[in-house]
Amino acid sequence: MTTRASLDAPTDILNVKDMEVAIDGRVILRDVDFRIGASEFTGLIGSNGSGKTTLFQVILGLRPTVAGTVSFHGQPLARRNRSIGYVPQKVLFDPEMPLRARDLVALGVDGHRYGLRRRSRAVLADIEEMLTAVDADGFADRRVGELSGGEQQRVLIAHALISRPELLLLDEPLANLDPGSAQEIIGLLHRVATDNRVAVLLSAHEMNPLLPVMDRVVYVANGRVASGTTDEVVRPDVLSALYGHHVDVLRVHGRVLVVASSSDEDDRMVSEHPDVVVK
Amino acid sequence: MHWLFEPGLFSNHTVRTALLVGLIAALVSAVVGVFTVLRGQSFAGHALTDVATAGGAGAFLAGVAPIIGFVGGGVLGAGAMDAIGVQRVKGRDIATGVVLGAATGLSALFLYLSATSSASTGATQMILFGSIFTVQPSTLPVVAILSGVVLLTIAFIARPLLLSSLSIELAATRGVRVRVVGLVFMVTLAVSVGLSAIVIGSILSTALLIGPPASALKVVNRFWLGAAIAVVLGIGATWAGIVFAYDSYYWIPSHRALPVSFFVVAFVVVEFAFFSVVHRRRRGRPATAIEDSSHHVETQWH
Repeated sequence: MTTRASLDAPTDILNVKDMEVAIDGRVILRDVDFRIGASEFTGLIGSNGSGKTTLFQVILGLRPTVAGTVSFHGQPLARRNRSIGYVPQKVLFDPEMPLRARDLVALGVDGHRYGLRRRSRAVLADIEEMLTAVDADGFADRRVGELSGGEQQRVLIAHALISRPELLLLDEPLANLDPGSAQEIIGLLHRVATDNRVAVLLSAHEMNPLLPVMDRVVYVANGRVASGTTDEVVRPDVLSALYGHHVDVLRVHGRVLVVASSSDEDDRMVSEHPDVVVK
Repeated sequence: MHWLFEPGLFSNHTVRTALLVGLIAALVSAVVGVFTVLRGQSFAGHALTDVATAGGAGAFLAGVAPIIGFVGGGVLGAGAMDAIGVQRVKGRDIATGVVLGAATGLSALFLYLSATSSASTGATQMILFGSIFTVQPSTLPVVAILSGVVLLTIAFIARPLLLSSLSIELAATRGVRVRVVGLVFMVTLAVSVGLSAIVIGSILSTALLIGPPASALKVVNRFWLGAAIAVVLGIGATWAGIVFAYDSYYWIPSHRALPVSFFVVAFVVVEFAFFSVVHRRRRGRPATAIEDSSHHVETQWH
């Protein structure tokens, strides 16, 4: 089975096979199959409530699976894997909280360590470097709670990247950002990920902003996923099979539109999915 | 200086013990307090003072040193709150409320029994509002050891505690045992409440726990600098309170000293008012080159 073996090629850092996840007995995701190669940029695309955050929790080792395997470098997933960085969807920082942006980045180095040791010069230099890498020099000494959404996002990315993970997960980092800030974050993320040779798995409900940087896509709908390159996945036959009814894929002005037929049931789905347009 | 410091103030053993115990209690309260404020657990801290009250009243009734009751009660309360679910945001208010109610009921019983079974009518005043001048020098080692344990524990868990106070999600993904760290912190909170209970009484110990940190954290952006300022403010209020209470004996012709706890809390409130004004003035002034765009972001939150 040479084709099977190629899936376990050494460049793969994450491998998910036939995975099923349930919350309180209700199946959220089933038959999930995908892989992430080293330094690849992968978009996890799906509407709100499709199970993207649940999938992240599984990869982070914070939620058990019902069936299937999730392996990191060919090994079963360990709880608390420091090689995986995470930027949660929404962190509500209290503006009254006396913690500077640089302190949050510093906690990315030693926030899990017990005891109070002085941070070495090398670590302090690393913090400065990371702040510069995410263009956060200008607000490094301001309270995190006082920063804008885009600025907080950049600090959180620096917090996650400073521990030098091999895989960075970002849960809906573009939600609540205006289009300009979203483009900025994507560009920055792509640059920083390439510089640091870190693979990115980024969830979003809209794939268009990610098209220029995305190596692969994991498309979630109906509790199942389709994965591959954008050209392999964003096709009428693949997405129709995933949604369970016919959809068309239109490419207009460099944008991709997934278009569903307009039965009652589809209307409901359409309203949940910004990428889907009624024919 | 005799107009302020009565002759013999600092050679008086009672006063010296009071100043020392006050120093230690204020130090521990401020350090634990900055985390309490950061974690938004002021209400839990207050509930622990009620549990400490029950413990202190029970100890008084049993004839044991109040510090043992204060601290023991607080630690039991912290355990109870954790069991009920203080760590979940939704469970927090419920757990705190249930423990607070139960503890206050017990206090009522113990204080009633103390007042009726013995000739001493001072129990209620002493337990609720403190009596630092009655602290025996023999209590000092207990106070010192408990404080040392609390400070070392906080230093040990400081960074994971800070990260989990910021975001439980971030901490959990970094491998912090969020629940364990939270429980350990609750226990240190209980002990520090017990310590300040012997200074200004259990009911008022929240003031020493929350007041100085809340003042300090208003004006600085650096967490540890805030903690240091909180320590100075806490010790300042406590010492000033002790000195004024001692002096107040001579203020009125009937020669009745006013309670220490009144003065300590008064100074804490004055500090808080002062720092609030400083904070407001800073925010109110026009944006400078240094603050530039930060200004509009700040004001939209307030």
